[in-house]
Order: sequence, then C-alpha cells, then structure tokens
Amino acid sequence: MITGIRRALSIGLTAVLLTFAQSSHGAQTLTVYTYESFTSEWGPGPIIKTAFEKQCDCTLDFVAIDSSAGILNRVQLEGKSTKADVVLGLDYNLMALAEDTGLLSESGADLSAVKLPIDWDSNIFVPYDYGHFAFVYDTKLLPEPPKSLDELVNAPDDLKIIIQDPRTSTPGLGLMLWMKSVYGDDAADAWKKLKPKILTVTSGWSEAYFSLFLNGEAPMVLSYDTSPGYHMAIDKTEQYQAAAFDEGHYLQIEVAALLKSSKNQELGKSFLQFLISNEAQSALPLTNVMYPSIDIGDALPAEFSKLIKPTQSLLLDTELVRDQRKAWVDEWLESAN
Amino acid sequence: MSGLKAQINSALNHWWLPGLLALVVLALITGLPLTALILTTSEINLSGVFQNTYFNRVIFFSFYQALLSAVLSVGLAIPLAQALSREQVFPGRKWLIYLFSLSLVIPTIVAIFGIVAVYGRTGWLNNFTAWFGIDPFSIYGLSGILLAHVFFNMPLATRVLLQSLDNIPDTQWRLSTQLRLNGFSQFRFIEWPAMRTQLVGVFMLIFTLCFTSFTIVLTLGGGPRATTIEVAIYQALRFDFDLSSAVSLALVQMAFCTLLLLLSAFFKHNAPLGFSITPAATVFRPVNKKRWVSFSIIILAALFVVLPFMGLLISAVNPSTVAVLIHTNTIQATINTFIIAVVTACISVAMGIALLISSRHIRIRLAYHKLGQWIQHAGNIILVMPPVVLGTGLFLLLRDFADVFSIALLLAILINSLMALPFVLRILDGPIIQATEHHDKLIQSLGISGWSRWRLLDWPLIRQPIGYAMGLSAALAAGDLSAIALFGSERALTLPLLLFQRIGSYRLHEAATTAGVLLMACLVLFVLMRAIAGGQLLRPIHADS
Repeated sequence: MITGIRRALSIGLTAVLLTFAQSSHGAQTLTVYTYESFTSEWGPGPIIKTAFEKQCDCTLDFVAIDSSAGILNRVQLEGKSTKADVVLGLDYNLMALAEDTGLLSESGADLSAVKLPIDWDSNIFVPYDYGHFAFVYDTKLLPEPPKSLDELVNAPDDLKIIIQDPRTSTPGLGLMLWMKSVYGDDAADAWKKLKPKILTVTSGWSEAYFSLFLNGEAPMVLSYDTSPGYHMAIDKTEQYQAAAFDEGHYLQIEVAALLKSSKNQELGKSFLQFLISNEAQSALPLTNVMYPSIDIGDALPAEFSKLIKPTQSLLLDTELVRDQRKAWVDEWLESAN
Repeated sequence: MSGLKAQINSALNHWWLPGLLALVVLALITGLPLTALILTTSEINLSGVFQNTYFNRVIFFSFYQALLSAVLSVGLAIPLAQALSREQVFPGRKWLIYLFSLSLVIPTIVAIFGIVAVYGRTGWLNNFTAWFGIDPFSIYGLSGILLAHVFFNMPLATRVLLQSLDNIPDTQWRLSTQLRLNGFSQFRFIEWPAMRTQLVGVFMLIFTLCFTSFTIVLTLGGGPRATTIEVAIYQALRFDFDLSSAVSLALVQMAFCTLLLLLSAFFKHNAPLGFSITPAATVFRPVNKKRWVSFSIIILAALFVVLPFMGLLISAVNPSTVAVLIHTNTIQATINTFIIAVVTACISVAMGIALLISSRHIRIRLAYHKLGQWIQHAGNIILVMPPVVLGTGLFLLLRDFADVFSIALLLAILINSLMALPFVLRILDGPIIQATEHHDKLIQSLGISGWSRWRLLDWPLIRQPIGYAMGLSAALAAGDLSAIALFGSERALTLPLLLFQRIGSYRLHEAATTAGVLLMACLVLFVLMRAIAGGQLLRPIHADS
C-alpha cells in the first residue's frame, strides 16, 4: 500500500511537473496580455497576429485575461516572474496607476502620427484606439432613449440597464468617472437613483454586451459610441444605436505598454510601433470597433460617419483617478449596490 | 520476559515518526503562509478595515446570511424530518434519503448551475410564473445565496434530525398511543426532545459552513451586492491587488473562524459524513393521522432537491455539447482536474493515516487521551484557516520566488489536501482505533510488528475505509473552486474553474455540458478510487461516521 501510494504520488507529481513545463516557450515568442474581446475570432487579435508575425519572424501569443482592468492586477499578482512582455487594453484612466507599479518601461515608439481628441505626452504608453463611453440601446425595445445622463438617472425604474464593475472593467470604471465628472460630490446620490435600474453588474464588457444585451435581457447597456458602427457595417442593421447625452461623453483611450521584466524588449518595442502602423490601425474600426488613433483616411468605414458626435469629451486627470479611485470605488460599492 | 518487552518496544518505538512528519508538513503548509500574513500586517493599518463602511457591511452580511441560512435550513428540516420519521414506508423513501446525502459530494458549482437552470432568470420557475404575470424572481443576491445554502444544508440537517427521531425507543411511542396523545403533543413530548439535543450542534455546523461559504456567494452574489469576507478577500486580491485589504480581511476571517470553532466545540453534533442508505426501519410508529400533511411536506422537499438535478441533466445535452466536449479547454481542464483529485487524495489520506498512527499510540497505549486528540485536531486546521485565507498567505509567501499562476495546480493540491483532511480523519479514526483496541494484545503476543503488522492486520481492516476516504477526498478536490479561483487562469484550468467562467459569461449551453462533465468526473473518481484503494467496486456504502 505504501509503495502503491508512493508510486501514485510520483506519477501524479511527474504529471503535474510536466504540465508546468509546457508553459515555457522559445525566446522569440512575444506574449501579450489583453482582454477577451480583443482575442476572439471576430476581434482584431487574429488579424494583428498574422500581420505582425509576417514581419517579425516570431510568434505572437495573445493571452486573454478575464477583464480589461484585470490585466494590470494580473501582472501585479504575477510580479517579477510574469510571462507577459506587453500589456494591451489598459486605458488612459489607469495610466498613472499602472506607471506607479514600476513594472513598465518606455515604449520608444514614434508617436508623431497619433491624432487623438487630446494631446499625447506619455512615453510609456502607446495609444492604439479611442472612443467615448455611451449607452447603446435596442431601438425595438426602447424607441425613446434618455437624452442625457441626468434623464437616465431620473428615469422610471422599469428602464433596465446593464453596466460593468469598475474594479474589473475599463467601461465600468469609465461610467464611474463619467458620473463623477457630471455630478461631482453628488455622484453617490445619483448612483442611488440609478441603482434600481441596474439589472446586473457584470465583470467584463463581453458578457454584458453579447451574452445579455444582444440576447434581449435589457434594452440598454454601457458600451461605446462606436458600437453601432459594427452593427451597421457588418450586420447591416440600425437596430442598435448609441444614446447621445447632453452632458457630453467620457473619453476612453486604449493603450498598450511594454514590461520592464520582458526579455524581448526590442521585439516588444517593434510590436508597439506596429500597433500604430497604418496596417494595424486600419483593422481596428471594424474588429475592435473603436476609432483609430492615427488618420487612416478612406480606410475608416463610411458607417462611422453616422455615429453620434459627443458635444464634449469628458476626461479626468489620470493622477486624480489614481489618487481617488479607491475612495470612489468604495463610494460606488456603497451607493450603487 | 525481557525478550518480550524488547520485542514490544521495538514494535512501538517508531510510533511518533509518522505523526511527527505529518505535523511538520502541516506546520509548514499553514505556518509559513500565516507568518507571511502577519509580517505583511506591519505595513498596513488593521483598524482601517473596521472603519471602512464597505468592509463593515461585508462582515455584517457574512453573519447575516449565515444566520438566515442556518435558521431556514434547520427550520425547514424539522417538519421534514418529522414527516419522514412518521412515514417509515413509502416507495422511494430510501432513494430520497440517499439523495439527501449526495449534497456532500456534489460539486457546489454544479449544483449552482442546476439551481440557475430551475430558478434563474430564464429558468423553469420564472417561465412558469410568467404565465400568471408574476414578476420574475431574481436568483442573484441574498435570495439566491439563501436558496443555494438551504439546498445544500437542509438535507444535512434533515438527516441528523431524522437519525435522532429514528432512535426514539418504541416504548415511548407505545406509551404515547396509550395516553392518546394528539399529533402536537407527540411532537412536543416525544419528537421535539429527541431533536433538541442535536439542534444547536447542527445549527452551529451549518452556520459555520455558510459563514465561510465561497463558491455560492461568488457566483450568486450578483457582483458586490452580497459579499462575504471569504469572497471579499478574493476580490481584494484579484480585482484590486489590494494587499492590505486582503491581509486585514484574512486575519479578521481567521479570528471569526477560531471563535466559531471554539463555540461549536461546546455543542456536540453527530452530523453524518458520508452517504448511506438507511435500512428501512422496522420500528413501531403510531398511526399518522395527518398523512396528507406529511406527504405534502415530503413531496415539496423532494421537488426542491430533485429539480435542479433534472435541470442539469436535461440541459447538459444541447446543440453545443459536442463542440464543448472536444474543446481543448475542456480536455485540458479534465486532465488537470484528475491530476488534482488523485494527488490530493493520496496526500490527504497519507497525512490522515500518519496522524492517526501516532495519535492512537498516545491515546490508547500511553493513555494520554486528550493529547492524542489534539494531535488529531491539528488536521482540522483548515477550519480555522479557510481556503482563501490560506491561499492569500501562500501568495504572499511565494510572490517573490515564483509566479503563482504557473504553480496554480500545485497550490490547489496543497489547499485541497488540507480541505479533505478533516473528512479523512473522521472516516479513518474509528476503524484504526478499533483495530488497535481489539488486536493490540494479540499482535504483541505473536510478536508481529512494523510492516508485517500493517500488512497482516491494519491494512485488511482499514482498507475499505481508506478506499472510501480516497474516493471522497478525490471527489471533493475535483469539485472545488475555492482553491483554484485564486490562482487559476487560462494556464491552469480545472473543470470547476471553466464552469465558473462559462456561467460568469452567461454561456449557459456551454456551462451545462461542462457541469455534466464535472459531475461525471467526480463520480468516476469516487468509484475508481474506492475500487483501486478500497478493493471494492459498487457495493453499498456503510462507512458512515
């Protein structure tokens, strides 16, 4: 019996060790941590992978982390021994926080072509696309959407919305900051009024948008002003539209960065530069469904001209977000849940 | 004479070795992470936890939902146990009670899926009530947590209470018939006193189980709306990388668990551990005048327990079944689940045997009963240091040396081994002690010692319980989410983790099939381990506590 146990143990342990051993690859593999929708088959992942691998003589390995804000936590949890070379999918709001971890190195990228609603001055983060947060509604279920954030907050409670968790998802964080930009110190009260309308809080954007909203679980979901562009261009339908809000819309700029611990610094840098190349940028509007961060001219789908034009781009200072995020999340936990 | 003494001495002089080894291993696995936890507190402000309103609410909610769950589970178990005890013979009674005992081995996350299929937003219940224009019942939040806790714990409480009721001597019932006691008086003077002795114990047990509940609260908690300390620790670490919150909450949780354990040590309970088919009793029972009441209760309870299983089985086969079965993630997760289960079962049972070999020597041969028991209690350390707390400690300990995500399977095995150990100890304690008490003198007079003693005497006697312990710990490890949730990722998938992700992203077809695969895996592991280690295949199980 003892030998039996010992044998079983050694077989088991060998199997465990073999499983671990599989995770090490050759030197020329670039590992990119990103969020789920980026790597899905209809997302930009496959196109970017093929295009970059053609020019780099390397393997580009996308790893999908449960949610966008989770990418940063994941790298922190893994610490110095992380396998990631590049993180892709943080946003402007998380930049100061990410920079403070000391895990990121300078991108060395030439950002002269970058064209965004704001001036770009970070030499660590490479902005690869942008858009505004917006509530997307199903015109069949909701012909008359609210015309402002305040109208939504004060709408009757039978209007149901789906939002994301600010602790795990960058859209969730974006809505929290949007509310903060509009209501300031009264944000907690506004959340309390919004609370009965929140059908559910998901941890990531994908489950809110695909699994719930598109299956008709709620007439409105927190997403982007660009989302209808995909439905119009690919699905050929105008059923899903973004509601334009009078107060303006909060801006999201998605960024990528290189990790200091990466053993593939040069390869990582060339990938970051590739991200803002004409080739990669032209793929983004209909795969990641965001505005490109450089001028791609006619490559921008015509449907994007039919999108709402936010009256104002709202954006809080990234250092302020870093300092206040915890307090604001606590406030959100208190008042919206 | 001195020759015999020398022989006895040589037979017994290594009694301390296995127990000491097991204790050292236990001390290392729990002591080092605990040290890491405490060392980290020097950098943080513990009182901050109690000032933070959100944390206060989490702590309050942990107690509140545990209290409600325990009250509901025990409260509903009283009439059910009474009905089952008054109706000793009806078709399917045996199987119903057997089903009640399954709640211990069914992976929590699988049962949750069944519950969602029945009571979820698009589940049977809401489809049914929608016909009558009734607003849909929401399973997310407190109501869902209570529902799932009652699903798991009401059967447990019922079995404990039913046991007490079945032990009521016939004479009492005959007396009650002679005195022409009515139904209520029978309850008041005969059944209630019998149940009362078990009530506090089983209430405390369920309260403690629900207080540290992780999987149910994580999946049905509906975001941060309803969160227990155990889940808040997980969120602090995985959502926020907020070490100070994670550590403070972990220490708070340990303090509460210690308190609860000390409290329940005062109240004895005889909660049955495994599953057994109680033989149809031939006891005397007075004529039940309100049979329709008893049967209504029994039918409602049966529906409550059976429906989620039906929901699971019916939805497991759907258009995406084949795609899910051959998906690389499913295959990888199944392999990992089997590795974790088998290795955990081996480690856990080996530690259990080692502890018991030494503790039986101290308890029986040296007659230091209390000391022996305390050594054995060391195996219950996981009750004081719940999985997520232990996981947090392990993370703090290892983060400078290793990427915890790469060694996730190893960490899950460690934590799961400790989680299974209390069950292993309870299953093996009786048989090992009996073997000693009954045969020690004979063995010594025959001069059999060491390995021969083990092979000739101990092994044949305890092989069957060992098989049962291996089967149970393998099934528990295969279905556990709490250990893998903290460190699992796309690199270390297990079936429970995959199921959790698929439920979390509302891919219910894929989730249904995954749940079916996990359930099968647990069953196969249980039967296989019993067959290999216990030397028996499909015999009814009586290795109850």
